[in-house]
Amino acid sequence: MLKYTAKRLLQSLVTLFIIATIVFSLMRLMPIEGYFQNFDKLDQNQIQAALKSMGLLDPLPVQLKNFYIQILHGDFGKSLIFRPNVPCLEIIGDKAPVSILMGLASIAIALVLGLPLGIAMARGKSKFWDKFGTAFIVFITAVPAAVYYLLIQLYCTDWFGVPILFSTDDPSSWILPTVSLALPNIAYYAMWLRRYMVDELNKDYIKLARAKGVSSKNIMKNHVFRNAFVPMVQYLPTSILYTVAGSIYIESLYSVPGMGGLLVNVIQRQDNNMVQALVLIYSAVGIVGLLLGDLLMRAMDPRISFTKEGGAR
Amino acid sequence: MALRHKKTATVEQSINQSFENMTDDELFSFAGFDEKAAEKTGYSNYSYWRSTVQVFFKNKTAVTLLILIGVILIFTFIQPLLPGQHSATQIFNDANGMQLRNKTPNAEFWFGTNSIGQDLWSRVWSGTRTSLLIGFAVALTEALLGILMGVLWGYVRRLDRLFTEIYNVLDNIPQTIVLILFSYILRPSVSTLVIAMCLTGWLDMARFIRNQIVIIRDRDYNLASRCLGTPTRRVIFRNLLPYLVSVIMMRMALAIPAAIGNEVFLTYIGLGLPVSIPSLGNLINDGRVLMTSEALRYQLFFPAIVLSFVTISFYIIGNAFADASDPKNHV
Repeated sequence: MLKYTAKRLLQSLVTLFIIATIVFSLMRLMPIEGYFQNFDKLDQNQIQAALKSMGLLDPLPVQLKNFYIQILHGDFGKSLIFRPNVPCLEIIGDKAPVSILMGLASIAIALVLGLPLGIAMARGKSKFWDKFGTAFIVFITAVPAAVYYLLIQLYCTDWFGVPILFSTDDPSSWILPTVSLALPNIAYYAMWLRRYMVDELNKDYIKLARAKGVSSKNIMKNHVFRNAFVPMVQYLPTSILYTVAGSIYIESLYSVPGMGGLLVNVIQRQDNNMVQALVLIYSAVGIVGLLLGDLLMRAMDPRISFTKEGGAR
Repeated sequence: MALRHKKTATVEQSINQSFENMTDDELFSFAGFDEKAAEKTGYSNYSYWRSTVQVFFKNKTAVTLLILIGVILIFTFIQPLLPGQHSATQIFNDANGMQLRNKTPNAEFWFGTNSIGQDLWSRVWSGTRTSLLIGFAVALTEALLGILMGVLWGYVRRLDRLFTEIYNVLDNIPQTIVLILFSYILRPSVSTLVIAMCLTGWLDMARFIRNQIVIIRDRDYNLASRCLGTPTRRVIFRNLLPYLVSVIMMRMALAIPAAIGNEVFLTYIGLGLPVSIPSLGNLINDGRVLMTSEALRYQLFFPAIVLSFVTISFYIIGNAFADASDPKNHV
């Protein structure tokens, strides 16, 4: 376990290092307008001087070295256009709590709704829940999220009388964004839990239990669900990735003051440093999610051995 | 099953016929030993592809959708050539030179006009064409790259360890981030969108192909081929890849809706195609801006309905094909 953890941790660090390098090199290819508030008004000398003072005219290896040192000190530079001369981390720090809270709430909702849906689908094949669930899963996985997010915002705000835009003080404005954010994960959990439970139901020991006279309820609860739930843990990281991607949409749709909306905002205003900081933070979140999923899986089911497979996921 | 019944029925019929032609004497005498008949072996005219197609065509929903998708695909290309169609990018003015803005659907403009007076009907089909083009291009590139890397990874043993480590690192990068980053840096156009989407998409395909090839590369018939001096290329193309065609096609069918969805996502966050090129993402984004006014919601609905239809169809067709290509479901 320790060996695996160490190896996995090292792998994540290497990934993070590579992403940082890629992000850095790509950002040097960006048009330099992204470094100025009033690019059109400046003449060539001023631009050169400003670029020099930001260290952008140094040779690339030197820039790269400075960039690593900066990041290791937790310094992601200052915002250039969005809120000039405010450190990026400070802006992101203001916005992060809402995003984190909303993401966690949506994952909780997905677990509460998705798992029972999966169980209901596995229990009665070809009954109402199976049909409903299959239609739901096909719709959610096939139709781009943008379309149903929009329709939810359009109609549910009227029907339920909840505000169309988000405000931190009004708890009812939390409902729609959080539930929308949970939808892909609900479909995902239900789909896989059903599949694993059906697999488990077809095994011989279940037949034996039935022959012995164990009640259906007990078979479901003590055997099928328990065994089917273990592999579900590996979907936790993917659901974190879904949440991250969804939050970028949802937050700007409902104007939630979070990181996802911020990313859209700074992309549209071409604030290079902010984009760089946010992309790095989002990739770190994704990588930590994958790492946690692997470690959790290992901790939950001692039968699984990753090291034998040479660390392949 | 139906096929098997049919076969049994024909055999029965032919036996009955031969019995009818015999006289009573023939019927009640011993049959002699026929050496030729003893050499006869069972013959099955089973063909993998015919069975796949047969099973697929039993799925009525998937077949209907496949036909409809085919019709839509052809229609998007011939629509501009049909008589009485408007140009997708021309701005229409009325008699006084005013732009025909936000006209609700009518006889002249079947889907109405948008906020600057362009014909929504032709824009929707032109947009569908762009989106499908992106979808097909991404699916094709992903398949090519995935197969190439997967075959190298699985067949060349020395590369296995290196490729696995590279895969583990690359697979950890969130795809959304790669998409955003590359679209942010590249100038938005159809080709750059395709490049950004293909950068990470081939990883899954490559891993899948690799796993399959590792399983079948040392089967006896491949060993025999190698011993007989068959060139590696021939082993790969003749012995290994035909095994994987069905799954590759399924993955491609599922990559198309994903790519179309990604295009909508990128357009939404402001990194999509320029407004001068109609695409479903652009149209939905335009419709979103106007959706608070109830009379103008048609501008969101028309592209959204076409988009949902296309993506759901590809999803269902892909899954139906995957079921059909599994020999367990064959006769």
